[in-house]
Amino acid sequence: MIANWYDFLATPVGSDYLWVFAIKAVVVLLGLATIAAYLTWAERKVSARIQLRFGPNRVGPFGLLQPLADVVKLLFKENTAPSGRDRVLYLVGPSLAGAAAIFAFSAIPIGAPGYGPVPVPTAATGAVANQFHWGIGHLNVGLLFILGMTSLGVYSLFLGGWSANSKYSLLGGLRSSAQLISYEMAVSFALIGVIILSGSVDLETIVAKQQQGWFIVMQPLAFFLYFIGAFAETNRLPFDLPEAETELVAGYHTEYSSMRFGFYFLGEYLNMVTVCSIATALFLGGWLPIIPQLSFIPGPLWFLGKVFVLLFIMIWVRFAWPRLRYDRLMNLGWKVLLPLGLINIVITGAIVGLRA
Amino acid sequence: MIRELAKGLTFTLRQMFNKPITIQYPEEQKPVTPRHRGRHILHRYDNGLEKCIGCELCAGACPVGCIYVGSAENDPANPVSPGERFAERYEINLMRCIYCGYCAEACPTEAITLGPRFDLADYRRERTVVTKEDLLEAWPNFDQSKGPVNTRGAGADQRQQKAKGPGINPRVAWEAEDRGHGGDAPEPGDGGIDIKPPTVIDPEPRTRA
Repeated sequence: MIANWYDFLATPVGSDYLWVFAIKAVVVLLGLATIAAYLTWAERKVSARIQLRFGPNRVGPFGLLQPLADVVKLLFKENTAPSGRDRVLYLVGPSLAGAAAIFAFSAIPIGAPGYGPVPVPTAATGAVANQFHWGIGHLNVGLLFILGMTSLGVYSLFLGGWSANSKYSLLGGLRSSAQLISYEMAVSFALIGVIILSGSVDLETIVAKQQQGWFIVMQPLAFFLYFIGAFAETNRLPFDLPEAETELVAGYHTEYSSMRFGFYFLGEYLNMVTVCSIATALFLGGWLPIIPQLSFIPGPLWFLGKVFVLLFIMIWVRFAWPRLRYDRLMNLGWKVLLPLGLINIVITGAIVGLRA
Repeated sequence: MIRELAKGLTFTLRQMFNKPITIQYPEEQKPVTPRHRGRHILHRYDNGLEKCIGCELCAGACPVGCIYVGSAENDPANPVSPGERFAERYEINLMRCIYCGYCAEACPTEAITLGPRFDLADYRRERTVVTKEDLLEAWPNFDQSKGPVNTRGAGADQRQQKAKGPGINPRVAWEAEDRGHGGDAPEPGDGGIDIKPPTVIDPEPRTRA
């Protein structure tokens, strides 16, 4: 049936050939890694300017080669590991850190279906013929897939904390697991308002529905809840309790060094990109321009621009606000965000039901 | 609570558009204070004669014994210093020197003072023992026959530097000239920093906009 490797790549999967998925996967993987690497640079630059410093400016123009230098440094550092570790899980932890974010991103469309200068051959078996999808895969249950994949992120933190056989790591892992699980509820409830409004969990449909108006206008509370939850999901200030460097040793990645730590670091930034992409697709109109007159700018650029604005806000907040105490973090998640999310669902459902 | 959070955000955003207060050493350098006790300088009289008379009081006063003075008789027809003797060799081990300034206090002719240079780290241990050529103040009409003129030393361009501001250290120019000669191959420190002369920044602390 499959005689050689290029026949295998020509296998139709869903609406596309396998090689289309392969190319898209490579492009997304490299692109995401690059964005995440430069996010560390951006974070250092923004924090420096807020604190009246210059930030990295020695490696290349404006310090633009700094991420490269950091990676080289991390790769050449000694890879120390505790002797009593669980050898398998110790490696699974950092591997999963970025993987969850990349998996989730694979379902996010960054452009309108069919948009693009190159007609891509699609398999005859596909339901939607001759349409190029601007995500690795087009799933009609994209949002559910994303919710499931972002939940995988907690495994990397917890396995990393558990497998090192160190009390600091374990406590950090426990804290982050508890935090992630509590805020996942609030985040999921915030997204249900969007699902009610659009009547779909297919992200391309959700974005297309926003042509009448972005969902941030109709669901400001949901966006607010989602974005707060996103801070907690990515372990960033003001919710960076799992790795609060001034309070804990380092949290779940205490016993990691070298590139294994680098993977956790990269994973955190990949996660930021992913949560901001989800927020863009669900609330900020995805690839849609602000006003129709600006539609000559390609959709994917609009998408990336909105993601970068959200990323800037995430970095900015980190250097503006102090960290929440742990019990208050839990109180905020369970006693404020979750009820507000429920109220939002009830109100949205009532309005949609009454108008129908 | 919301007001406080918004206040924090606006303040940090405003800060982003202010000029950073960082001094970009070594491209930008702040002048040291006029009485800074950095590396030593051997001075001359206005007619070009060396002030040092080779009395070795500085070496005696030095609490760590880092100064070596090898004195010699002056040739009366062609004197190096106005006294009977002059310092033929004058060496200071900067690794040992504690920059206390006792040598300057002990000196009867005010020949040695502590100068403005402070960046004395080096890749070669030998170079941290500075000789008379390094320490001696340059003189425009200096007669070549009296000894080697050294343009690399810290005191070398002291007079020109005075016009620009008190105590600019000439390390950058010094390193550039030293690069690749002097009998040894260039080393990492030799060309490590930009050879442009540093920008002198305002000694007054920058005020926030």
